[in-house]
Amino acid sequence: MSNKVLETKKLSKYFYDPVKFQVLNEIDMSISHGEFVSIVGKSGCGKSTLLYLLSTMDTDYDGQLFIKDELITGKSDKDLAQIRNEKIGFVFQFHYLLSEYNVLKNVMLPGMKLNQLSEAEIEHNAMEHLRTLDMQEQALKMPNQLSGGQKQRVAIARALINNPLIIMGDEPTGNLDKKNSDLVFDIFQKLTLEQKQTLLIVTHDNDFAAKTNRIITMQDGRIV
Amino acid sequence: MNFKLILNIALHLLRARLKQTVVAAVGVTFGIAMFITLVSFMNGMNDLLDGLMLNRTPHVRLYNEIKPSENQPISYADKYKNNTNFISSVKPKDRGKAIYNCKSIIHTLKQDKRIIDVAPKVTEPVFFNSGTIEISGVINGIDVLAEEKLFKISEYIIDGKVPDLLQNNSIIIGKGLADKMLLSKGDIIKVTTSKGNLASLKVVGISQIGIADIDNTMCYTSLMTAQKILGEPTNYITDIQVKTYDINNSPALAKEFKEKFDLDTIDYQTTNSQFETGSSIRSIISYAVGIVLLIVAGFGIYNILNMMIFEKMDSIAILKATGFSGSDVKWIFISLSLVIGLTGGVFGLIFGYIFSSIIDVIPFNTAALPTVKTFPINYNPLFYVIGITFALITTTIAGLFPALKASKIDPVEIIRGK
Repeated sequence: MSNKVLETKKLSKYFYDPVKFQVLNEIDMSISHGEFVSIVGKSGCGKSTLLYLLSTMDTDYDGQLFIKDELITGKSDKDLAQIRNEKIGFVFQFHYLLSEYNVLKNVMLPGMKLNQLSEAEIEHNAMEHLRTLDMQEQALKMPNQLSGGQKQRVAIARALINNPLIIMGDEPTGNLDKKNSDLVFDIFQKLTLEQKQTLLIVTHDNDFAAKTNRIITMQDGRIV
Repeated sequence: MNFKLILNIALHLLRARLKQTVVAAVGVTFGIAMFITLVSFMNGMNDLLDGLMLNRTPHVRLYNEIKPSENQPISYADKYKNNTNFISSVKPKDRGKAIYNCKSIIHTLKQDKRIIDVAPKVTEPVFFNSGTIEISGVINGIDVLAEEKLFKISEYIIDGKVPDLLQNNSIIIGKGLADKMLLSKGDIIKVTTSKGNLASLKVVGISQIGIADIDNTMCYTSLMTAQKILGEPTNYITDIQVKTYDINNSPALAKEFKEKFDLDTIDYQTTNSQFETGSSIRSIISYAVGIVLLIVAGFGIYNILNMMIFEKMDSIAILKATGFSGSDVKWIFISLSLVIGLTGGVFGLIFGYIFSSIIDVIPFNTAALPTVKTFPINYNPLFYVIGITFALITTTIAGLFPALKASKIDPVEIIRGK
């Protein structure tokens, strides 16, 4: 069995509005288990677009996408949701925490959706993740009582709750100051080293990218 | 699908917008409460008015009508059989008002499984003598016990008792007559029949039906008394009144009896056709008002859910990103709407019941309805079932469109837009 977590074959995407424009041009790439990969490039080069294709949220593309050697292209909305829930963790530039739930519940939510463990077990796992991120004291606070860096750490805990195959990040440090950026990077670093967590991060921060295992540079819809 | 989690998310979203939720639910509550009150009241009124007619009118009445013979003598003559005959100045034939062979007809009818009971009757126009004045009226000779069983005449007796009619030479007179002739219970009244027979009867009661024309003329005596003052034998009966188990069947029965017994028959529906129309129109109006109120409430829910979806775009996007499918999101908003509908609806039923109970104790005194003291209300559980079903259907439909919209939100667009 191959070690590839993620693989693409001739992935192309077009934007039609206002005129037909090829954003991604036959991208072939793969990511192996345990890698910490960053995608960099100028803005408009298609790096975020590529990430959203890989995330299965955007299904409007040509070519093929494999996760763990399983063909994802053409699956139904319901199956894709299930795959995202089980195999992919997300960290975005914005934290996207639900303001109606406290920190702990926010972390637990994808686990509750997966519905494989009991509520008590999910809660225990969520507390564990918060503890490794040094957020256990904020567990019962509401998201609006946290600072930006803290919110991003909660979002990381939420991404980890179902032990995903891969964590995808879209500018996860884009909204943070230097200190918090470093903190988030350290967390990611720790995850790859200690838990062999696969990570794929889109960033325009070259310092951040320089510290990762592998850098994919994109230009005009191609990998260079 | 994990309905517990979906409901949990829906409830949290609701709690975040508690004020608007309450307003939406109050809209439903108001609609349902008004619907229940209106329908209960209208149906109570219908029952009362129906009862007024239904209790007093036989489902099928058998009698001899005065009318011209269908076959005039000339049609029996062979010579003119193939001609078209014009006969002028035809007069009705008097077959006598009495029903021929009535005892065996009554016996046959009583055996019939579809019939509750049979009440024979003698109707005769008479004059009441008060000094030198003659007042016209109608005497109904009734089989007291059968009449009471079928038509509950005791409900309309405001003075005296129905069983007193079983005494010889006793009479219950209408209130209009009693007022005109200054008669009260225990007085003696003189009666002249159309054949000139004179009789003295003792007033044992006074009746009031609430329809002035009837109260001014109608009197009750027992069958025997009526036959006696008319000088007729005990098999003299002019009407046979029939009550059936299924009132909708009465036109068919009327037709059947007409052929079987060679008598004229008339059914309840024909007698009271205008009455039925009134009842159904009242029902339609109350249902229409209720549905309109609910539709208005439905628009309120639609608005609030739409607003909520607009506000919660981010939440919907992240739910989708973390593994909630479009149909999960749809169900979150549908259950939101259902929760509003259900709570609003249940409170609506409770308030509807309270309002009906309040109307039920409001005094309602009218000379036309002596036995009714308060407004009538019909507490049929069916109205409550219809009410809550309406509430759930309208709120589901109102929630469906916003829910479908939410389920189609593309998370990529929202996340990239940030």
